[in-house]
Amino acid sequence: MVTLKPGPINVGGLRLNNHLLLAAGILGTTGASLARILASGAGGVVTKSIGPEPKAGHHGPCVVTVDGGVLNAMGLPNPSSGFTRELEAIRGQPVVVSIFGGNPEEFATVAGWFAGNAAGFELNVSCPHAAGYGAALGSDPAIVEACTRAVSRLGLPTWVKLTPNVTDIAECGRAAQRGGATAIVAINTLKAMRISTALRRPVLGNTFGGLSGPAVFPVAVRSVYDLYEACSIPIVGCGGITTADNVVEMMMAGASAVEIGSAVMDDIGIFATIAGDLYAPDGEDPAGIVGCAHA
Amino acid sequence: MREQMPIGVTITRITEESPSIRTFTFDQEIPFNPGQFVMVWVPGVDEIPMALSATDAITVQKVGDATAALFSLGVGDQIGIRGPFGNGFAVTGRTLAVGGGIGVSPLHPLATAGLVDVFLLGARSAEDLIFADRLAETTTLFTATDDGSAGHHGFVTDLLGRIDPIDFDHICVCGPEVMMRAVLGILERHGCTDRGQFSLHRYMKCGIGICGSCCTDPGGLRVCRDGPVFTGDRLIASEFGHYTRDASGQRKNL
Repeated sequence: MVTLKPGPINVGGLRLNNHLLLAAGILGTTGASLARILASGAGGVVTKSIGPEPKAGHHGPCVVTVDGGVLNAMGLPNPSSGFTRELEAIRGQPVVVSIFGGNPEEFATVAGWFAGNAAGFELNVSCPHAAGYGAALGSDPAIVEACTRAVSRLGLPTWVKLTPNVTDIAECGRAAQRGGATAIVAINTLKAMRISTALRRPVLGNTFGGLSGPAVFPVAVRSVYDLYEACSIPIVGCGGITTADNVVEMMMAGASAVEIGSAVMDDIGIFATIAGDLYAPDGEDPAGIVGCAHA
Repeated sequence: MREQMPIGVTITRITEESPSIRTFTFDQEIPFNPGQFVMVWVPGVDEIPMALSATDAITVQKVGDATAALFSLGVGDQIGIRGPFGNGFAVTGRTLAVGGGIGVSPLHPLATAGLVDVFLLGARSAEDLIFADRLAETTTLFTATDDGSAGHHGFVTDLLGRIDPIDFDHICVCGPEVMMRAVLGILERHGCTDRGQFSLHRYMKCGIGICGSCCTDPGGLRVCRDGPVFTGDRLIASEFGHYTRDASGQRKNL
């Protein structure tokens, strides 16, 4: 297996301890849980998405595990501006604050709350199950560009997490780049649903939700590959990564770093597990790996 | 990532334990360790964590929308169950159980399995002392009520003044968090916090350790996955007994 030279890296304006970040929405509601993941070997963490008002989220069931993945419809629960105090304990560490809003102004407002204690932002224009938010905006390139511009004006690293639930993800990537994004994150979950045959109704309280986990990995690789052809800013790969070889594959598609989410369910020490396999003192220079699958 | 869809179960019996507490027995047995919980799906309403009070039953206090909806169901109605989840109690040797109110629920299967020597049961009044008859069959039971209508007139923690916790290898506790914190304080004075096993309740959405809604300070422990049962030494310098979080993640003082 390909191994990489260990050491801190710079991606999209952020300095990270390694290539592996915690994905948004996973164990990201409290500073303590983010600190735990950082201490367990993650090179950086992305918080739960924070929005303009406190939200309780959808009624349950919010999560169900399916073959090879996780189906969720959390509904963007978050404490809004109250989240600033959660970050006090992890100040100065590579913490990316995921934010959402219903329009560019709301994105700018929320980002402004965290301008003093975030290493950077990740714009959630891709959550597939929150009316008026997320993918409702992120499937329109003009809105992606406007939301990105509203946040990138603050001068902090601005990553934009894209939805795969569009005909052409590259078009959205280019829009984020025009808006001043310093990196693109791909992908968020795939819109999906399951039905309980016993109860004869959709399992999720919200009827449909987003699929993550190994089942979506090939979709994520394809999306990163497309974006690498279309954009010139770094790409952070996300979607179904569970092994070091998955990380290498995602990097060969064009990712400069990766985010890991659902795999935490099977192993909360997944970051150390993957890092143990991925890095070796005689490993290759990561720069030579990123995008090498493109002819 | 193994598939775990909710299973559909049919309610076969509803037992009124008190005016606000009912046991719902269903038609399937769920192998579990006492102290583990399930996510209970009330179709069209919500999904909430509930301790299993027996292999085929949950015992529920009417406290909110989802539990009120459960109370509106009858025999023959269906609910969904995911689980069991979490760790449960782990006991060997002499065991003391301390239960307050509906907190007796996860301790009940521990006692009926013959794993509890002495049981301290507290409630507001005599009618809220649920499972007392059955607990008396398998344990040495002492009771306390706030209003003095049965047993000791006062808190269940007062009963711990008459019993030396050091005589027990494990002290399993479930009830209102303020009560549990008081028990932890008593164990601390006896220098045996590590013998305490406390079953925590936190707001939960996923039940499988990924959403983060039940994480506690300062260690980021997940109540749904690392717990819900924690030894006292892991709780002593934590949010336990001080605050919790609501559905949005905002802190709420206890």
